[in-house]
Amino acid sequence: MNVQVEPAKLKAKDFASDQEVRWCPGCGDYAILKAVQMSLANMGAQPDNTVFVSGIGCAARFPYYMETYGFHTIHGRAPAVASGVKIANPELDVWVVSGDGDALSIGGNHLLHLLRRNVDVQFLLFNNEIYGLTKGQYSPTSQAGQKSPSTPQGSVDAPIDACTFALGCNARFIARGIDIQAKQLGDIFTRAQEHKGASFVEIIQNCIVFNDDAFAHFTEKSVAKETQIHVKHGEKLIYGADGNKGIRIKPGAFELEAVTIGEDGVTEDDILVHDETNRVLANLLVAMKPPEMPIALGVIYCDPAPSYERAVQAQVEASMANGAGDMDKLLRSGNTWTVS
Amino acid sequence: MNLQTDPSQGESSDGAPLSEADSDSVVVRFAGDSGDGIQLLGGQFSQATALDNNSLATFPDFPAEIRAPTGTTYGVSAFQIKFGSRHIRTSGDAPDVLVALNPAALKVNYEQVLRGGLIILDTGSFGERNLKKAGFEVDPREDGTLKEYRTIEIDISALTLEATKPFDVTQKEALRAKNLWTLGLVDWMYGRSLDATETFITRKFGDSAISQANIAALKAGHAYGETAEVSGDIPQTRLGEVKFESGEYRLVSGAEALSWGLVAGCKLAGIDMTFCSYPITPSSPILHILSRLKNFGVTTFQAEDEIAAACSALGASYTGKMGITASSGPGIALKTEAIGLAISTELPLVIVDTQRAGQSTGLPTKTEQSDLFLTVWGRNADAPMPVLSARSPGDCFETAIEAVRLATKYMTPVFLLSDGYIANAAEPWLIPSMSDYEPFPVSHRTDPEGFQPFSRDDETLARPWVKPGTPGLMHRIGGIEKADGSGNISYDPDNHQLMTDLRFAKIDGIANDIPAQTVESGAEKGKLAVVGWGSTYGPINRAVTRMLAEGYDVSHIHIRHIWPLPANLIDLLHDFDEVLVAEMNKGQMLTFLRSQCGRPIEGHLKVNGQPLTIHEVQDAIRARLDK
Ligand code: SF4
Repeated sequence: MNVQVEPAKLKAKDFASDQEVRWCPGCGDYAILKAVQMSLANMGAQPDNTVFVSGIGCAARFPYYMETYGFHTIHGRAPAVASGVKIANPELDVWVVSGDGDALSIGGNHLLHLLRRNVDVQFLLFNNEIYGLTKGQYSPTSQAGQKSPSTPQGSVDAPIDACTFALGCNARFIARGIDIQAKQLGDIFTRAQEHKGASFVEIIQNCIVFNDDAFAHFTEKSVAKETQIHVKHGEKLIYGADGNKGIRIKPGAFELEAVTIGEDGVTEDDILVHDETNRVLANLLVAMKPPEMPIALGVIYCDPAPSYERAVQAQVEASMANGAGDMDKLLRSGNTWTVS
Repeated sequence: MNLQTDPSQGESSDGAPLSEADSDSVVVRFAGDSGDGIQLLGGQFSQATALDNNSLATFPDFPAEIRAPTGTTYGVSAFQIKFGSRHIRTSGDAPDVLVALNPAALKVNYEQVLRGGLIILDTGSFGERNLKKAGFEVDPREDGTLKEYRTIEIDISALTLEATKPFDVTQKEALRAKNLWTLGLVDWMYGRSLDATETFITRKFGDSAISQANIAALKAGHAYGETAEVSGDIPQTRLGEVKFESGEYRLVSGAEALSWGLVAGCKLAGIDMTFCSYPITPSSPILHILSRLKNFGVTTFQAEDEIAAACSALGASYTGKMGITASSGPGIALKTEAIGLAISTELPLVIVDTQRAGQSTGLPTKTEQSDLFLTVWGRNADAPMPVLSARSPGDCFETAIEAVRLATKYMTPVFLLSDGYIANAAEPWLIPSMSDYEPFPVSHRTDPEGFQPFSRDDETLARPWVKPGTPGLMHRIGGIEKADGSGNISYDPDNHQLMTDLRFAKIDGIANDIPAQTVESGAEKGKLAVVGWGSTYGPINRAVTRMLAEGYDVSHIHIRHIWPLPANLIDLLHDFDEVLVAEMNKGQMLTFLRSQCGRPIEGHLKVNGQPLTIHEVQDAIRARLDK
């Protein structure tokens, strides 16, 4: 009789490499690293089948700290390298780790195409609204007016919202989390990994050195309940310390508004139910910004479609269906003549 | 009968060549509007010529604009073919025969025709408007412009309309068959069979009215030549068959041979290819060809830009496949950062550069060899990698196999240089058999025992290639300097010196794994060596052969392995009194060789977007030896 031996279940620490982690003490990246390692253990991921690809930036050091396969590439190009990895071997579980400068500035074009093609990778964008590695210049997600070494009088750039960009690129999976919320991040990573196709995850990350507390107005414990809404598919969009705040469609307008149940005649029936397959709703949710509205966290949009690399593979397999090509025959295809 | 004028005449007073001194070959140039189907006409005539056992070389010369305004000089498309009863290595210098389907085609080309040569004109297109658009104030047929040539005026447009009248086609469709009428006439002039073209038309258009009209036009052109009243005017020429080496032949273009060579290389390596590229002239045909070869385990990916093409190819190599990318000048410039990453991570990658003329956008459809510096030296920091160049369409096959061999054996990116001329030109090719090639199977490392990502093979200094997915071999690589062996991030200065030296030693060592430099023609030592690389092979070789026949002490050396250079090359060059580099740029191989071999070297340099001519290389040789 065969005794099936379950492979020993891996723990979070089994996904940690022997390399010393070298982010600044207190950097939000530490918490994200732990959350990723924990989720991989929980989802039963195989270290030897998992690949982390990154570009350049503080976040891009991530692969070195993972006991998986890892490729630290060049600035902005991680989505392109990851596309090649996934096309060449669709069986690998590919994660891309990037930052706001890497993904939305120098690498914006590649991210656009990774998402619209729907390559089955998990794309984690650590958004700290600053260039950390190059010592604090403003980034494409920095708020207008941000003072930095390159903008002593304040930035005059209009920032881009990462999730809005991803939706515009036709991403089929959009989620947002906060570095310090390990449990919620774990749930998002699990969903992202299960999702077939490109999964886009924005992680709000505090850069303690160059942009400390940029997000404190909604991440601080004292305000979190009133400024965050954790969305769940099929559940009402309710938040607040007392659970009496909600999101509804503003009467007479095509926009959302935050309301209090029991005030001004608002009842629970007025509150919207989250439908993660609704693209229009997703666009409205990702655009919500504190203090007027709570920030939307969790899986905001998920509407799967066939993934790119499988479609590519299917064409190769269909071409192979009648047998592999014969090189000698190929060279002799078309008009040939023989000299004797 | 032959079209040549007296070979003894030499040059005319204004320097234009009077004769080719070849009675065993003919150069024909077809020219017309870019909508006239000149390239198809040329391709079909080449095919028929090859099937007649003539040797040949072609030169398609088309405008950058897809559909330039009709009748303009910049909308002229041309196709030159040289064929003959001896081995032909170039598409020829000056045409013996020009077929001009409109005034603009005449305007652009007539001055290059041999004095006394034949010009066939479609008079149907010589209306006032077309003459004006071509920039002729007066009809060139009437003001003596063409007095040095023999001209035959035929209203090809009207005759084509006449021939296609019985078929249910529009006037526009009928006029499109003008190229086939012309082909029929030229086929008759050189005794070519119409069969292959008829088969081609039937295959393309089936049994339709268009098909019948096209075939009728083709036959009408042929019959026109045969008719008694005119055959006195139109010369008929029969060239003997070439004594080709026995075997099976086909016509092949550089783009085809290169694509097939890449596939063959991957077969010999035993791995599948992932080809990632972005559309650019004149590189795109490689993407088109490979995208139809998925049954050979080829996956193609049209990336969002040149950078992504290089990066995704590298990502594919990282997984254990043969990642390949291709482009031309400006596209190659964009790929350089990714190539640096390939050098740093020591992964295989083949980058094909089909060179084109000019800096920036330059002249996309014209040819040049000006990316030597870019490929040998054009990266940040000390970043050595092998650079190979193909010399002819057929040679692209061999060179592509060699590129895959070096990339996989030495874990390195490899540049493979072709150019716009080679890519588009066609030549008869003795089809190789795959059993003639020694396989060079790749072995991906699977053994975890003692594994270090940056340990090195004693002989090649290559690091192990591990496919992600292999149990127990998880590791990290990247562009930051790596510690010798472990591959961990290292900022240690001594380690950087060591790793840089190792990367150099690895590439330098390839010099011992490539064929020694040979001399193509002439002696191994002597007065003058003409050195070339890439597509100048044909004109240099023909020029040197002629000069040897005239008794000059000259040799031809042609370099395939540009970096590293063959180990014996420097000594070989020192065995000549003088060395002359002939190339289509401002002196890149010249500067490069001077830096490597520290001896005086001269250059014959040209950048007019056209291939070198045999005459100019002969003149350059004479200038050095007739002192
Ligand atoms: S600079 Fe900022 S983002 Fe970078 S490691 Fe330090 S705290 Fe983290």
